Amino acid sequence: MIPLSWYMSLAAILFAIGVCGFLTRRNLIMMFLSIELMLNAVNLNMVAMSHYMESMRGQVFTFFIITVAAAEAAIGLGIAVTLFRSKKTVHVDEVNQLKG
Amino acid sequence: MRHLTLKFVFLIIAFAGFVALPALANEGHGVSEHKAAATVHATHATVGTHEETAVHGGITGHAAAATGHHSVTEGHGSHAAGGHAGNVRQIIAPTKDGSLPAWLLAIPFLPLASFVFTLLFGKRLGVRSHWVPIITVLIAFVCALKALATVLSGHYINQDLYTWISSGNTRVAVGFLLDQLTTVMLIVVTSISSLVHIYSVGYMKGEDGYYRFFAYLSLFTFSMLMLVLGNNFMQLFFGWEAVGLSSYLLIGFYYEKVSAADAGKKAFIVNRFGDFGFILGLFLVFVNFGSLHYHDVFANAGQIVGQTWHFFGMSFDMPTAICLLLLCGALGKSAQIPLHVWLPDSMEGPTPVSALIHAATMVTAGVFLVARCNPLFELSHFALNVVTLIGTVTCLFAATIALVQTDIKRVVAYSTVSQLAYMFIGCGVGAYSAGIFHLFTHAYFKALLFLGCGSIILGMHHEQDVKYMGGLKKYMPITYWTFLLASLSISGVPGFAGFFSKDEILTMAFNSPIGMGKPAWFIGTFVAFMTAFYSFRLFFLIFHGEFRGTEKQKAHLKESPPVVTIPLMLLAVGAVTAGWLGVPDLLGGQNHWASYLAPVLGHPHLTISRYAESMLMGGSILAGGCGILLAFFMYITKPELPGKVAAAFPRIYNLLLNKYFIDEIYIAGLVEPTLRFSRNVLLKIFDTIIIEGIVNGIPRSIGSLSSKMRGLQSGQVSSYLTWMAGSALFIFVWMFTR
Repeated sequence: MIPLSWYMSLAAILFAIGVCGFLTRRNLIMMFLSIELMLNAVNLNMVAMSHYMESMRGQVFTFFIITVAAAEAAIGLGIAVTLFRSKKTVHVDEVNQLKG
Repeated sequence: MRHLTLKFVFLIIAFAGFVALPALANEGHGVSEHKAAATVHATHATVGTHEETAVHGGITGHAAAATGHHSVTEGHGSHAAGGHAGNVRQIIAPTKDGSLPAWLLAIPFLPLASFVFTLLFGKRLGVRSHWVPIITVLIAFVCALKALATVLSGHYINQDLYTWISSGNTRVAVGFLLDQLTTVMLIVVTSISSLVHIYSVGYMKGEDGYYRFFAYLSLFTFSMLMLVLGNNFMQLFFGWEAVGLSSYLLIGFYYEKVSAADAGKKAFIVNRFGDFGFILGLFLVFVNFGSLHYHDVFANAGQIVGQTWHFFGMSFDMPTAICLLLLCGALGKSAQIPLHVWLPDSMEGPTPVSALIHAATMVTAGVFLVARCNPLFELSHFALNVVTLIGTVTCLFAATIALVQTDIKRVVAYSTVSQLAYMFIGCGVGAYSAGIFHLFTHAYFKALLFLGCGSIILGMHHEQDVKYMGGLKKYMPITYWTFLLASLSISGVPGFAGFFSKDEILTMAFNSPIGMGKPAWFIGTFVAFMTAFYSFRLFFLIFHGEFRGTEKQKAHLKESPPVVTIPLMLLAVGAVTAGWLGVPDLLGGQNHWASYLAPVLGHPHLTISRYAESMLMGGSILAGGCGILLAFFMYITKPELPGKVAAAFPRIYNLLLNKYFIDEIYIAGLVEPTLRFSRNVLLKIFDTIIIEGIVNGIPRSIGSLSSKMRGLQSGQVSSYLTWMAGSALFIFVWMFTR
């Protein structure tokens, strides 16, 4: 039986990797992947806790999150594709027209 | 643009008026089983001796049944009181439900409908837009005659139409009171208004805003009728302000002319001063009686005797305070000193308006108010003295100014102020019916004078200065003869209307026990002399002698069309015969007028001998006769004399010509300081610094803050991310270190 703390640690590590990737990467696709990584770290946490608490709520929630994340990914990638079509780049520092 | 706004305002007013329609719709359902038990209360107020007592007495409380669908109250109170009619006030109790007869509702609401209709469709109707107003006001006149017949047959109406304001225990209704006083006012307003409407067809022909003029005339008629028909102070106040509005609109009818627009504003603003007191008076009435209905107030008038009103550490006798505050409003509306300044300026309006509003009807609202509130005024000797004093001073003051003015309309305007002052004297000495009698006769001869002036102005192509007239007799015969009749009437020549009413007032003033009575009689008789003089001065200058205008004007001189002269002739009939309703006992009459109004207004007993009475009458006839003869002497026999007299007394002449410099005093004493205060303190400090500081400061600081904040949105996602991570870190740390 793997203790809860291991799952939690893994999730924390995944989340930290996601944060670091999100903050450091400039490629839209990579940033997007980092977000997914953070999201899945949360999912992992949920499932682990769900198992630990002996409640199905967390797992049910995870399904919802995966569904929403899929939709979000579709939109996000769609934006990335259109952005690339118009600007020929997915580098976020070059996409800075929207400013005050 | 201005017009659109005005129209909008009117539509709102009209809408408010049409709230009455549901009540109209109920009309005719009738009351089959309803028995309106109404009581006629009677209040003793000893007029003869003016003791400050008003005992509540149910003299002849008589119940009446509402028969058919007319819920009218049969009042036997007045007649049963019989012998001591002078001491008894009949107060008609309101009937609670049932519906008002259609003819009564038609009197005010037909002109209202005509106003809305003409304003909306007048532009399309063009020169035909006078038909609806004329027909509606004529119907209103017929209905007013029906009202008179109803009251003469002993039926009175006091009934609410619907509740207007209801808040806590306060209930103010729109309701109608039909009694003797109301019928007099109804007849005056609707008859003069009808004739002025017809006259205006000729006078306003081809003017811009022809339909607008007729719409305003209808609005005025509606307002004035609401004023006189109301059964409570609130409706009186509504009518009061609405006639003020119509007056403003009509004075400023030629709004492109600066002087006309200014005169309109002046009339409105000067009336604010009076209305301020008036509304305070209404508050005091409400505080004391808990109601604004005439019935509740007048039936309980006795209860305020001896009470005091504490106000900022001072105490006033309650009846005196109420009466003087109400009087403030009356002074403003009726152009008495010190609020008379607006009336001469209001002559900037079209002449029919001057005749209708500024001579015959609206300006008499103040007299009507005093007469209507006579149960209150009877309680305060002091207030009655003030009324008489103001009347006396104004009477003399205005007549002296009228002696030297050269603008024909201004002469007549000052004459109006002076004649209104006579009415105030009449009311002040307790002879309210005499005041109302003069109101009645004055309405006809003064409207005739004004409309005559209008006819002359038409003939002279809008020349109003008497310096350029003269010898118009042969060009305008009808105007000449009608003007002559009006002048004879106002001068108090025996047999004409003005004679009876003016004589009645002077006799009553002499007879009155109050302190100001005798001085008022003395000055009044002297002013009768001046009245005759200035009226005939004007008359001779206009119609006799040589024409002093240009050749071009002379070539165009001709009599006005029949649409103008027929109203003149009809009014001339009134100017001669209106007084025959009140022929005094001395001349073999019965003084029907006074006995008709006595149930509402009371009538003081004559305590002087018949010999004294005939001396008084002789005195006033003599005064009038001397005035006419002097005018004849100065302006016909020796036309060079007036110039010499003016040259001999340059100071007095200048003082009179400049109307005692009252306008200048007000400008220097009131207007200028106010303007200076407004410009220097209110505009420069309060508005520019404080208000503008706040109003502009807030957006400016928001602007400067946001111009700094906008730097945050750099478009660089990485910097957003830094902010996000930084903030998340901050919250994280903060949560744990808290």
